[in-house]
Amino acid sequence: MRRLLPHPILSLGLLGVWLLLTRLSPGHVVLGSAVAVVAGWAFARIEPEAPRPRAVWPLVRLAGIVFLDVLRSNYAVARLLVGGGRQRRSAFVHIRLRLKNRLALGMLAVIITATPGTAWLEYDEQTGLLLLHVFDMVDEATWQDLIANRYESLLMEAFG
Amino acid sequence: MTALEAMPLWLALPVAALLVVGSTLAFLGALGLLRLTSFYERIHAPTLGTSWGAAAILLASLLGYSWLQDRVILHEIVIGLFVMITTPVTLMVLGAAALKRDREEGDPAVPPRAATGGHAPGHVERQG
Repeated sequence: MRRLLPHPILSLGLLGVWLLLTRLSPGHVVLGSAVAVVAGWAFARIEPEAPRPRAVWPLVRLAGIVFLDVLRSNYAVARLLVGGGRQRRSAFVHIRLRLKNRLALGMLAVIITATPGTAWLEYDEQTGLLLLHVFDMVDEATWQDLIANRYESLLMEAFG
Repeated sequence: MTALEAMPLWLALPVAALLVVGSTLAFLGALGLLRLTSFYERIHAPTLGTSWGAAAILLASLLGYSWLQDRVILHEIVIGLFVMITTPVTLMVLGAAALKRDREEGDPAVPPRAATGGHAPGHVERQG
């Protein structure tokens, strides 16, 4: 199984995209699966280590949380841009991450970037220190707590 | 436009609302990019366009065209997915370039590079 599908998540994702872009038919399932399997082999040459989440449920919960947070911060940032009147201060925030898994870090980067108001600027692999820029800085500890306890802990549960 | 005129009201209303919300967010993002002053503030504005700005317009397109062509169309999900996955890459590269420039110029507002790290910043994650 591992030899046929060295990157099961990647292959499954590719098949999904293939089916979304074509009309769903048995022929496309076969063709898409063939492309997905071959692409999995090719990618295994570049990146032999496949990420295997230990648990899927934390990721589902994370997706729900992120969906709501992105919606909320879209509204917040849009209001600030229109000129909500309140004095706003943007600032840099350092956060020490416990995550080491590269896929999990990538997911965290997607979450932080997709959420308006926070921007991922720099990550140091050796120290695990992440530099963020925050659009509406209220208090540094609140942001550190948000990233570490809201997102990172769920990613830790899934990837360890 | 004739096909659009035949669209029932219960569908036309949410499609129109989503389009207005999406384009308003994209517009505000563009306006913010224009009006904000520093690089680090400006990178926040377009995220409105890449998150719910794009999502709302894509959702409107998904609903509208699924009805017009009388089959479920989900291409838009792929667009949204790729926008989400690729923006961090651009942002990290831009951010790394800006940090490098500002540190070399000795801008006091920018935090110094976190100690030990010897190699280049902008660690880009590979996505599946």
